[in-house]
Amino acid sequence: MANYSTSDFRKGLKVQLDGDPYIMFECNFVKPGKGQALYKCKLRNLLRGTVLDRTYKSGDSLEAAEIEEIQAQFLYRQQNQFVFMENETYEQYELSAEQVDDAWKYLREGMSCDIVLYNNHPISMTPPNHVVLRVEYCEPGAKGNTATNVSKPCKVDTGAEFPCPAFVNIGDLVRIDTRTGAYIERVKE
Amino acid sequence: MLRRLREFFDSRGFLEVETPILSADTVVDRHLDPFSTEIDGIGRLAAAGTAACGCAGTDVPSAAKRLWLQTSPEFHMKRLLAAGAGAIYQVARVFRRDELGPLHNPEFTLVEWYQPGDGMDEGMQLTGELCEAMLERGPAERMSYREAFERYVGLDPHTADVAALAAAVEKCGVQPPATLAREDRDGWLDLLMVERVQPRLGFERPVLLFDYPASQAALARVRPGNPPVAERFELFVVGVELANGYHELLDPDELRMRNSRTNAQRIADGKPSLPEENRLLAAMRSGLPSSVGVALGFDRLVMLAAGAKTIAEVMAFPFDLA
Repeated sequence: MANYSTSDFRKGLKVQLDGDPYIMFECNFVKPGKGQALYKCKLRNLLRGTVLDRTYKSGDSLEAAEIEEIQAQFLYRQQNQFVFMENETYEQYELSAEQVDDAWKYLREGMSCDIVLYNNHPISMTPPNHVVLRVEYCEPGAKGNTATNVSKPCKVDTGAEFPCPAFVNIGDLVRIDTRTGAYIERVKE
Repeated sequence: MLRRLREFFDSRGFLEVETPILSADTVVDRHLDPFSTEIDGIGRLAAAGTAACGCAGTDVPSAAKRLWLQTSPEFHMKRLLAAGAGAIYQVARVFRRDELGPLHNPEFTLVEWYQPGDGMDEGMQLTGELCEAMLERGPAERMSYREAFERYVGLDPHTADVAALAAAVEKCGVQPPATLAREDRDGWLDLLMVERVQPRLGFERPVLLFDYPASQAALARVRPGNPPVAERFELFVVGVELANGYHELLDPDELRMRNSRTNAQRIADGKPSLPEENRLLAAMRSGLPSSVGVALGFDRLVMLAAGAKTIAEVMAFPFDLA
């Protein structure tokens, strides 16, 4: 198993700690006067989401986590399981509703997503930054109202609701930012 | 800022000097790692050099092909002092391996100055004046290393044993590095310094921290007493360590002894040892005048003046763009 020494420490490093995979999301180099170099790191548990503060001194090392990122397309949902297929190998992976979390709102069949594998098991997924969804239901907008500052809830084909401008109608395609859930624009077929 | 800095020193009678960045000698410090490089044809070069200056270079290690990028201009500036240069200052580029972070860049600018005849009091006075002239944050407040630890950690750093230091680390909710050895007392003091003390120094006014533990003397002289303390001070502004000053060690035998002790620690830390013999020792044997020497991180000074949070913001080409 590969090891990372403190000189490899940086944001985004994935390491194995107490049997769990962690991502280093903050790493600060500090060095008092003539003293020894210390690395103050914040690590997030990739399975549980919990956060650890750890201080390492120059020369320490951490075991690399067996983490792989793949591209897979969403196939279908079966109750609490979301089934994806890797684009190149056609290998299928199942994620639980808990692992998919809020991303279910954006998942349309065939959509290509990033999936993180830990020891070959999927642990999390990220949808593309922007997705296009079809509006299935919304209150009719006032004619001629093109203002973008007035919004109304629109239900889309994934079953989720997003606030969209008043001029959006049933059957429209809308582009949504998956990082914020914000409406971006209306899209032509 | 450079102009204001030079005016400060020029108006006080300091002479600006330039010294080599590449040298056969390097400071032996437990936690400083110099870059090294090699030169070819050293025998021919050394012979030409001695012929040109007409002096028999007996103390030049002629076989030495390894050269070091200086981690500070200290050795050469002290050799100038020994030669009678008087008050000198330098704006120098220096290099330190494995130092990269919000306040560190492997290549950076150090302002270093020496004032022969000065003691701790005068040295701190001048450092405080320079800080006031450059940053306009008022006169610096003085606080001993012991006072700072008593105030912010609640223990005496000179007498507390490692168990007490470790308990204090645990009390503030910090997980110590697993590899921090129980007998590495300075390592525990450093950890408390970084976690509890330094982040609180210099917010209302700049702080001059002085009288460090004798074990952290580096090239400062140690004042006997109970406990003995290193005649060393550091300047802190809004939690940033800006300068480090010594009432300079003059005794070559003491330096030689510290060099070998430091090398033993470096080897224990898994680091390469550094040459213990150097031409500074020769200069010290011939007589180094008593002086205070201070080194100040210029990039950090500019960062604070500009209200930036990292030195990369005030460098045109920080390490990742260099």
